[in-house]
Amino acid sequence: MGTPLPDKDDLLRQYRSMMRIRRFEEEAARNYAKGKIGGFLHLYIGQEAIAVGAVDALRDQDYVFQTYRDHGIALARGMPAKAAMAELFGKDTGCSRGMGGSMHFFDVERNFLGGWAIVGGHMALAAGTAFKSVYNGEDRVTICFFGEGSTNIGGFHEAMSLAGLWKLPIVFVCENNQYAMGTPLERTSALKDLSIKAKGYAMVGDRFEGHDVTLVRERLAEAVDRARTGAGPTFIEVLTYRFRGHSMSDPAKYRSRTELEQRKQLDPIQVARERLLELGVEETKLDDIDLEIDEEIEAAVKFAEESEPALREVMLGTVYAEEGDS
Amino acid sequence: MPEMNLVQAINSGLRGAMRENDDVLVLGEDVGRLGGVFRVTQGLQEEFGADRVIDTPLSESGIIGTAIGMALHGMRPVSEIQFADFIYPGFDQLVSEAAKYRYRTAGEFQVPLVVRTPYGGGIRGGQYHSQSPEALFIHTSGLKVVCPSNPYDAKGLLIEAIRDDDPVIFFEPKRVYRAVKMEVPEEPYVVPLSEAKIVRAGEQVTCVAWGAMLYEAFSAAEEVAKQGIDVEVIDLRTLWPLDVETIVSSVKKTGRLVVVHEAPQTCGFGGELVALVTERAFLYLEAPPCRVTGWDTPFPQTHEQEYLPLAHRIIPAVIETARY
Repeated sequence: MGTPLPDKDDLLRQYRSMMRIRRFEEEAARNYAKGKIGGFLHLYIGQEAIAVGAVDALRDQDYVFQTYRDHGIALARGMPAKAAMAELFGKDTGCSRGMGGSMHFFDVERNFLGGWAIVGGHMALAAGTAFKSVYNGEDRVTICFFGEGSTNIGGFHEAMSLAGLWKLPIVFVCENNQYAMGTPLERTSALKDLSIKAKGYAMVGDRFEGHDVTLVRERLAEAVDRARTGAGPTFIEVLTYRFRGHSMSDPAKYRSRTELEQRKQLDPIQVARERLLELGVEETKLDDIDLEIDEEIEAAVKFAEESEPALREVMLGTVYAEEGDS
Repeated sequence: MPEMNLVQAINSGLRGAMRENDDVLVLGEDVGRLGGVFRVTQGLQEEFGADRVIDTPLSESGIIGTAIGMALHGMRPVSEIQFADFIYPGFDQLVSEAAKYRYRTAGEFQVPLVVRTPYGGGIRGGQYHSQSPEALFIHTSGLKVVCPSNPYDAKGLLIEAIRDDDPVIFFEPKRVYRAVKMEVPEEPYVVPLSEAKIVRAGEQVTCVAWGAMLYEAFSAAEEVAKQGIDVEVIDLRTLWPLDVETIVSSVKKTGRLVVVHEAPQTCGFGGELVALVTERAFLYLEAPPCRVTGWDTPFPQTHEQEYLPLAHRIIPAVIETARY
């Protein structure tokens, strides 16, 4: 199947969104190295076209679930960089008021229902959310992201099984970045083509490369449309690659320099940039976008640094309902 | 007022909750057409339809996980796990997801989920149809744990659990299901969570129990009364959040504590109760607090009557505590 021709304005918007994620994470990595961000930090660098293409295929009313590698989708969905950065810094102004950190972003306004750190643990919740939409007669779609490592765990199977049985309006997107932490797919899965799994749940399956945002958007839109029109769930395997380690503490020595350099030839942001130039967009326009993003991210870091730390009373007061503010 | 057993009272509670709120639905294995393995949900699918009383595959993680997903959006799902022993495949969903959602969203989301499950021994179910895993859930901040002993409390506590905004694990004593009948109102009513009940007032020993073992504690108390030992029996009803005040003020009066539970002793809830009482009423204690519990073994197939902390095991413990 050929790559669809991009619309210039769409691609410009998508380029901006991808670049915003890239710069955000590069800045996060710098601040992690400086010790300003603690704990774990899993970067999405290299995979941006998937989040951005997928979000472009959704409506604002639709629901999104993601794993712990969640900065990209949150930003693509429109989360302010300030709220995202402040969360990484453990501040009260963060998107989860500093209760979650990098792996546990939330944005109730944008129907982003969370980054999830238990592999496969969020998938049944996404199915339940899709069930709710059917129960209430709403035409809202749920999209659930996970890595290829998740496809071996029980939570994956039970969520897929129920979603298939109940023909839920959900799209399961497997971001196959080739490595479950340090172990490559060929050592963890009997199947090489994971999209075959869709058959086992009577779902439509799809599989494609994820570095071209236009293609991602197009194929996701087909699946989202299928869900919205009652034609049932889809399981999509998107082939991708993370340019950094599993997390900041992973030097990724399990893969070769050559392999990484090869994959970087397919950097989704570079691909989009070249496409835009081909479409006649001035390089200076793209540079201006990059500068605007740099300013936004710089302001986000300043905001995060100056914000108050997460509040003890929120920490102790939100375990049960009667203690909280809702 | 009609007389109901525990099964009928819970059924009546579910029916009432579903009639008053369309957001309440029931899902689990065999809950629909069959009416549940213990027939607790009998007739609900006829009244509310297969979309609200949902027969699921054998899929405990999926049953609980999808229910959490529904609850996030204001629905009030009641999941049935056919036996408490089968809850472990869904344990991660309860401990990792349901219990923590409110906290990690700083209160933005809540999970008004109820998981009903029959627990406990006494039906010769052996290792995997008899266990009492309440302590695992009490140990998990963010979950509430309820365990009624009788039909009236069961209906009122269940309706309150469904209305509650937090996830509640609702343990039903299966050996009591058809063993006890009492007057239960037809209409919905609530029994508040976190209120223990003194079911027998006494001056000399405080005996704390819940669920099926409440009856054993009560009959032990009646038996030792013949020897002049006056036992106060407390039915916890809700295990967490705990009505610690009722226990502590009773012990301050009696100076003596016996806790009874079916689960194994080590790290069972009895240990926590003893610690709480020791911390808060140390100077009032006249005897070492005592636990009468299941053994630290898997639940036995054949020696059930010895494994369970029945009256014949509670009586000597109470006498020893009273005479210490």
